[in-house]
Amino acid sequence: MEITLNWYLTLSAVLFTIGVLGVLFRSNVIVILMSVELMLNAVNLTLIALAQSMGDTAGQILVFFVMSVAAAEAAIGLAIVIAIFRNKLTVDINKINLFKY
Amino acid sequence: MLAQLLFFLLATVAVAAALGMLISRNPVSSALWLVLNLFCIAGLYLTLNAQFIAVIQVLVYAGAIMVLFLFVIMLLNLAALPRLEKVDWKRAAGFVLGVVILAQLVFVVAMGLGALPEPVAMEQAAEAGTATEIATELFTRYALTFEVIGVLLLVATIGAVMLAQRKFV
Repeated sequence: MEITLNWYLTLSAVLFTIGVLGVLFRSNVIVILMSVELMLNAVNLTLIALAQSMGDTAGQILVFFVMSVAAAEAAIGLAIVIAIFRNKLTVDINKINLFKY
Repeated sequence: MLAQLLFFLLATVAVAAALGMLISRNPVSSALWLVLNLFCIAGLYLTLNAQFIAVIQVLVYAGAIMVLFLFVIMLLNLAALPRLEKVDWKRAAGFVLGVVILAQLVFVVAMGLGALPEPVAMEQAAEAGTATEIATELFTRYALTFEVIGVLLLVATIGAVMLAQRKFV
């Protein structure tokens, strides 16, 4: 049995779904941010697998840019978490409901 | 044979680590499971002949971003969450939604089987993943994008410092 592109794409789908479940299930904001990182990684795996299949460099460069944006997103997201924690002393999204009503 | 073994080993550990991140109650162990997952994905990049991206994955994700996460978790001194309370309708709906998304993605992968072009030869694919090849493209065709990313990271740094300082909010 040969490892083809579909195995990588299916693995990526499974990892993406675990990331979605993490966002939906967990109530800790930091774990939700980590789940978003997991989803970004699953998509990166798809891009690399397709780029390798087509012998193309553009997909790998796109992954490089996605990683840069993920770094910026993590920095800003964690700064917002710190700012919220300073005001409300919690990182539970069920208690951070300022905009809810 | 070795390639199959490596793929299944890395894929199993990656999925197990992602599930460990999902179900562990302590945020620190969640972060450490995610680090294991990122290392496995870096290994998968190596099996796909993307050496440069694999190294960047370890340096940037496992080395920088996850250390930032761990710093913030320890800075906030979070306690582990209590055990999962009773399953309410929101969690059930979330689980159903997750299963639907997985089914949809697998359906798309299965339907796209014939539509994809034939894979190129191994040598050409290995050539595309080297640092030389990526740098050539990055500094010629994508030079402007590269500089915009630099500005984005500068703005993100300034924004993070502003948001996290004491007097801002």
